Parts: sequence; C-alpha cells; structure tokens
Amino acid sequence: MGFLEQLSRDFQNNIIAGDRYMMLLRGLGTTLLIALCAAIIGIVLGSVIALMRLSNFRLGKRFYPFRAISSFYVDVIRGTPMVVQLMIMYYIILAASSLSKEVIAIISFGLNSAAYTSEIVRGGILAVDKGQSEAGRSLGLSASQTMLLVVLPQSVRIVIPSLFNEFIMLLKETSVVGFIGLMDLTKAGDFIRSRTYAAFFPLLSVAVIYFVIVSILTRVFARIERGLRKGDGRTI
Amino acid sequence: MAEPFEESTLIETIDLQKHFGSLHVLRGINQQVKRGEKVVVIGPSGSGKSTFLRCLNLLEEPTGGTILFEGADITAKHTDINRVRRKMGMVFQQFNLFPHMTVLQNMVLAPVRLKVMPRPEAEEKAMGLLTRIGLKEKADQYPRALSGGQQQRIAILRALNMNPDIMLFDEPTSALDPEMVGEVLDLMRQLVNDGMTMVVVTHEMGFAREVGDRILFMDEGLIVEEAPPAQLFAAPRKERTQRFLEKVL
Ligand SMILES: Nc1ncnc2c1ncn2[C@@H]1O[C@H](COP(=O)(O)OP(=O)(O)OP(=O)(O)O)[C@@H](O)[C@H]1O
Ligand SMILES: [Mg+2]
Repeated sequence: MGFLEQLSRDFQNNIIAGDRYMMLLRGLGTTLLIALCAAIIGIVLGSVIALMRLSNFRLGKRFYPFRAISSFYVDVIRGTPMVVQLMIMYYIILAASSLSKEVIAIISFGLNSAAYTSEIVRGGILAVDKGQSEAGRSLGLSASQTMLLVVLPQSVRIVIPSLFNEFIMLLKETSVVGFIGLMDLTKAGDFIRSRTYAAFFPLLSVAVIYFVIVSILTRVFARIERGLRKGDGRTI
Repeated sequence: MAEPFEESTLIETIDLQKHFGSLHVLRGINQQVKRGEKVVVIGPSGSGKSTFLRCLNLLEEPTGGTILFEGADITAKHTDINRVRRKMGMVFQQFNLFPHMTVLQNMVLAPVRLKVMPRPEAEEKAMGLLTRIGLKEKADQYPRALSGGQQQRIAILRALNMNPDIMLFDEPTSALDPEMVGEVLDLMRQLVNDGMTMVVVTHEMGFAREVGDRILFMDEGLIVEEAPPAQLFAAPRKERTQRFLEKVL
C-alpha cells in the first residue's frame, strides 16, 4: 500500500468515519463558549478589581482594604496553575453544587482571566496622563465621574490590543477542561485518538483548528484596532 | 477667625503649609485675593508657585493652615470640594483638553453633568465664547487637530463655561511655541477687562507688569515680597527679589 493511500485511509478512519469530525466541531463549540463567557466575566470582574487596586479608600493611617484584597486575589490566581484552580473549583468549592461542568469551567476561567485582565486595565488607567484627571477634578467633576467620563474612555483604547491578546491566551488555555471531563476541542481529539489508536490525524486536526481560529481572530482584532484608531484621528 | 471676613475678599489663605514627605514646600502663606483682583505670582523654579496655586482648589491637599473661599473654610473636613471647584476655573500648562471629545463636548461636559445649566444653554454659551475668539468652526473638531495656542484658548473657555468666580492659571503659555503666546495672552487680557478675578503664575514678566494689580514674589515656599507691579519691578526691596529680577528681565 502506497504512502498516500495509507494517509487517505487514516484520514477516513480518524476524521470521517463515525462522524468524528462532528465530535471535533462540537468540541470547538464548547471551547468557544467557555472562552467567550469567561472573557466577559473576566472583563467585568477585572475592571472592578483594577478599580479596587487603585482605590484610595483608607482605614486608619495606611491600610487600604480594597487594595489589599484585590492584590491578594491577583497574587493567588497568578501564583497557581490554571488546571489546579479548575480542579479545586470542580472537586472542592462547587463539588456540592448542581451547576453543569460548562458553567463551572466558565466560572473558573472567568475568575482566572479577571486577575490578568485587572492588571491590563490597571495599566491602562495609569497610562492616562495625570493631567486628564486633574482637569476633570478642577472642573468640579467627582472622582468617579472623572474616572468614568474622562479616564476610562481613554484607557479603553489603550488596553484593547492587550485584551484581545488575553482572549487568545484564554481560548488556548481552555484546552485543560478535559481534566474535569468536559469534551472540548482538545479532549475530543484525544478521545478519537484513544479509540482509533492513531495519534497523527486527531491531534493534528485539533492543532490546525486552533491555529485557524486564532488566525481569524487576530485578523478581525487587527481590523477593529485600525478602525478605533481612525475614529478620532489619533494614533495611540 | 479673629478678624471679620471682608465681603470683597474672595479667597484667603492663613498660614498655608504644604509638605511632600519631608520636603517643606509651602512654609506659611498668608494671602487675600479680592473680588476682581489680578494677582500674579512669580519666582524661581521649584519655589512652590504651582503648589500654592494647586492648594487653592485643593488639587494638592494642604498639610497645614486654612483656606477660606467666599467666607467658608474649604479645608474643613465636611466641605464638598467638588462644589467649591465649580466656582474656580483652572488652566494648566499642558492644556489638558480631553482628547476623546470634540471642542464643544470638552466645554459642555462639566456644566451639563454637574447640572449647572441644561445642555442647550451650555452649548449656546460655549458657541458664544468660541465665536468671540474666532474659533466657532472648530467646535466639532478634536483637540489633536488644533494648534497649541488654540488648545490653550479652548481650555480657558472650557473653564469659563462653568461661570467661575475666579480663574487660576499655572504658566498657561510655557508649553507654547513663541508665536502662539500672544493669542493666549490676548484672551487673558479680555478676561482682565471683563473683571474676572485671576491668580496667574507666569514667567511672562511683561504681561505680569501690564495686568497685575499685585505681584507676589515667591521663593523657597514663602511670599518674600509683594507689591504693585510698578513698585516691585522698578524698586524691589528684598535682595532675593532683586537677584531674581536681574536674571529674568
Ligand atoms: N507631587 C509632588 N511630590 C513631591 N514633591 C513635589 C511634588 N510636587 C512638587 N514637588 C516639589 O515641590 C517643590 C515646589 O514645586 P512647584 O511645582 O510648586 O514649584 P514651581 O514654583 O511651580 O516651579 P516651576 O517654576 O518649575 O513650575 C519642588 O521642589 C518640587 O520638586
Ligand atoms: Mg510650576
């Protein structure tokens, strides 16, 4: 049997037979769902954490409770592996809950992404010139009005490229959800491999699908960034 | 307060102090600015001029002393500083226009958000001010598209659109190309003629002499000498003032 013939037979067995490609596509759906929902949690919670880290609320002379809580949170999340967080969430914290595995994965990745996103957002807020908030305050706007109307709109433009980047990292990082028995794209490929005893096509397909999705996203994001820059003729 | 507050005094500092850590930047400033008065602050770099100005609207928190604005102690704990700042316009060296807003949006943001006036009125007032300085057609442009002089004049109008009782200027022309200084000073002269109360930190000695009712010479955190411009520039009493003026004039 020739090499090409062998290859085509393998492809047939591993990807087409038994609608195995459907399994990969369903896995991809799970991957995208978890990444997307987690990213939304990450941005909302991450922004809250960022504001807490920058908060000037003080108890006594030098204790800033919001800063302490938020930086502890970020340290813990960054100091432990994602898979471990996911398993702790599934087997310990939410073990008794009736939540589906998908929801537990979304919560875990959302909480994880929030820590990284908060650093991005914090950087974006600090990158806005101090004169901007002074101008807002000098006009009589309150601290929160100044943050909301003057600083944050400028931060958004600064952080968007990093947020897109964070989303792509997150998307790839969800490949560990197989650890709690979810059938995402990676797990689907691995499952097929265990059935057909051939690793080549299942795993290569998985890699190619990730690569294509990330390439598409990168292109879409680049276009959005260009559009934003054109918006008011600025170049940051 | 020992002495009764004079009706015509708009702002008064009593033994105003400011420390940055161990750095003692304001060492007890006692000043009164009357309604309609134009006070110009001059002095060497690092003497505390900006800090003094920024303490007046509490952009810097004084570490000692008292500031009275329209008779009320604004350094007191319960003061609503946002309310006080509405009455004090401030103009910065770096303009600090909001880059994500058009000229008109810059000018109406605070008056509308703070409910000083409804949006149509704020826009009408803004357009009136822009027309007065010949920049009406820039209303819908973003600050980026404007020259430094235009930006600074719009920053002044943005503050004016709040109907302030006093305007604070911190070296408003120092960041400008020389050919743009004139247009900003011209607008400030218009405010002088309108009777606005002004405290101006500047290195423009000609302008100080021309519009100042009173010049404060500041050095090392103290007002070393104060006098009407004719007297201070022609016959400074203190040696430190003389040395400074020799350098800059
Ligand atoms: N936020 C700050 N933290 C620490 N030190 C500061 C701060 N702001 C000002 N200073 C210091 O306080 C002193 C007075 O500064 P200030 O800006 O008031 O001087 P200035 O008279 O306005 O000088 P210039 O003419 O250069 O603007 C300087 O030694 C400066 O380094
Ligand atoms: Mg200064």
